[in-house]
Amino acid sequence: MQTMHQENRVDLTWPAEGATRVPYRVFFDPAIYQLEQEKLFRGPVWNYVALEAELPDPGDFKTTFVGDTPIVVTRDQEGTLQAFVNRCAHRGALVCRELRGNRATHVCVYHQWSYDLKGNLIGVPFRKGIEGKGGYAADFALSQHALHKLKVATYAGLIFVSCAEQVEPLPEYIGPTMRPWLDKVFHRPVRILGYARQFINGNWKLYAENVRDPYHGSLLHMFSATFGLARSSQGGGTLMDESGRHDVLHAHKRTEAQETAAYTNESLRSYQAKYALADPSLLKARQEFPDDITTSIHTIFPCLVVQRIANTLAARQFLPKGPDRFELIFTFLGYEDDDAEMRGIRLKQANLVGPAGFISLEDGHAIELVQQAIVRDTEACSFLEMGGREVTNQDNLVTEAAIRGFWRYYRGLMGFN
Amino acid sequence: MVSQELRSAVEDLIHAYVQCIDDDRLEEWPDFFTEDCLYQIMPRENTDQGLPIAVMYCDSRGMLQDRVVAHRKANLFAPHLYRHLVSALRVTDQDKGMVTARSNYALFRTALDPINYGTTEVYSVGEYRDKIVFVDGVAKFQERIVIVDTSRIQSLLVTPL
Repeated sequence: MQTMHQENRVDLTWPAEGATRVPYRVFFDPAIYQLEQEKLFRGPVWNYVALEAELPDPGDFKTTFVGDTPIVVTRDQEGTLQAFVNRCAHRGALVCRELRGNRATHVCVYHQWSYDLKGNLIGVPFRKGIEGKGGYAADFALSQHALHKLKVATYAGLIFVSCAEQVEPLPEYIGPTMRPWLDKVFHRPVRILGYARQFINGNWKLYAENVRDPYHGSLLHMFSATFGLARSSQGGGTLMDESGRHDVLHAHKRTEAQETAAYTNESLRSYQAKYALADPSLLKARQEFPDDITTSIHTIFPCLVVQRIANTLAARQFLPKGPDRFELIFTFLGYEDDDAEMRGIRLKQANLVGPAGFISLEDGHAIELVQQAIVRDTEACSFLEMGGREVTNQDNLVTEAAIRGFWRYYRGLMGFN
Repeated sequence: MVSQELRSAVEDLIHAYVQCIDDDRLEEWPDFFTEDCLYQIMPRENTDQGLPIAVMYCDSRGMLQDRVVAHRKANLFAPHLYRHLVSALRVTDQDKGMVTARSNYALFRTALDPINYGTTEVYSVGEYRDKIVFVDGVAKFQERIVIVDTSRIQSLLVTPL
């Protein structure tokens, strides 16, 4: 019954071309946004919410979101991670009113209902009334009024939450293709270096596409080419899990001659190389992994990106804030045992990425350009046939295969026939 | 107690700096700094927790110049105007030729793109924490740390604060 009711709310028929076409309506229709909250964010997925390094001690907490539902993630007195909806079981007020901190209990300020770190209700003022008057009935039970608890699981120090009754175990959700990539980045304890927040006036799925899109890399982001760094025509590819929902976009070192040839042969505006960096210390890097990868962008459906760009490491969480806006939160990382020079390299290279990143700031602009133009024409669609029409792994960066993978999975999850 | 003359010099530097940016004379912007300067845009979210990551981090005048070239030649963004309001300037210390100053800023951004043309928003609010030296009698920033209350950056940040 419920399923029928939901499907009746959005009568979207996907174009016959399948994952190579995306109706623009999915980026602005409020009914689709509502359906995503139920079927996708509260559906059979694991939502990234925090890093274990953010919550090292019992009582440490962080407030964040699953979709647009406010939640709290905390470490209880036994050291176990817990998560619950940040909404008092009494009258619905936000219980935890800070972004992060450490507390032994969480008390709603409205009527001082208090909860332990597992989300259980442990105290209610005036429960028996005052002088025999007022108070709750005899059958009132604290145990009936816990916070709404959510499933929590961790992989490689990443904390995920699920609202679904039925969801595959987290390691299987991440899958055998993606696990080794996450293992590599999180092979030793990380340290939080700081945060950056970007609020973009676009639908969250435009960012989900962007991080699966190697085609735009050298064309939209012209920093490398402008300064003759021309890393962007390098070799690489996209690798997806079986479902196509997660992917890693990876780029490898290539000789300068190969890069120059690739650009000049195409006569792209990208190859300018008229300028040189006045201070090339920005590019100082250190080989820290036993591979030739310069960039790998690991995307875990729905809203996590783990980035490794040169020596910048970050977890990016993107959170929908309505059909036409989302917040992108970068948590920059180093390793606990980084020496001073390595830390300096990471801090300086952070100029490359984030809201003011030399090779990333344009993403915010491009997404807003799409959101501004797609209004009204509900039947119009985007065209995703670069590198073919299939959802298959690619050994090049001129492909939209991983974007097609995202849409194929999204369509199934949302029930759009 | 700092002299009125010193205070005026600091005030001139800080006002000339924001007018340079607001007038879109970015090529002149690096000249407000010493060669071995430090310019950082720090979200207050990070400084409050003692976390070191900046949104923009330049530790030489060359890096400032590179930001300008990238702004003009490489980066793509919606055209906009900046308007800084600076207030509550205090010259807080003076020691061996190094002057320490603190001031507040509010920065309005006016869109010049065709969709939002002419719309002004409060883009960023925060404070400047400066260390100023005199090079051949001219006041320059040895260090300018912009602590941004507006940690949630609207769209993107490309023009310096």
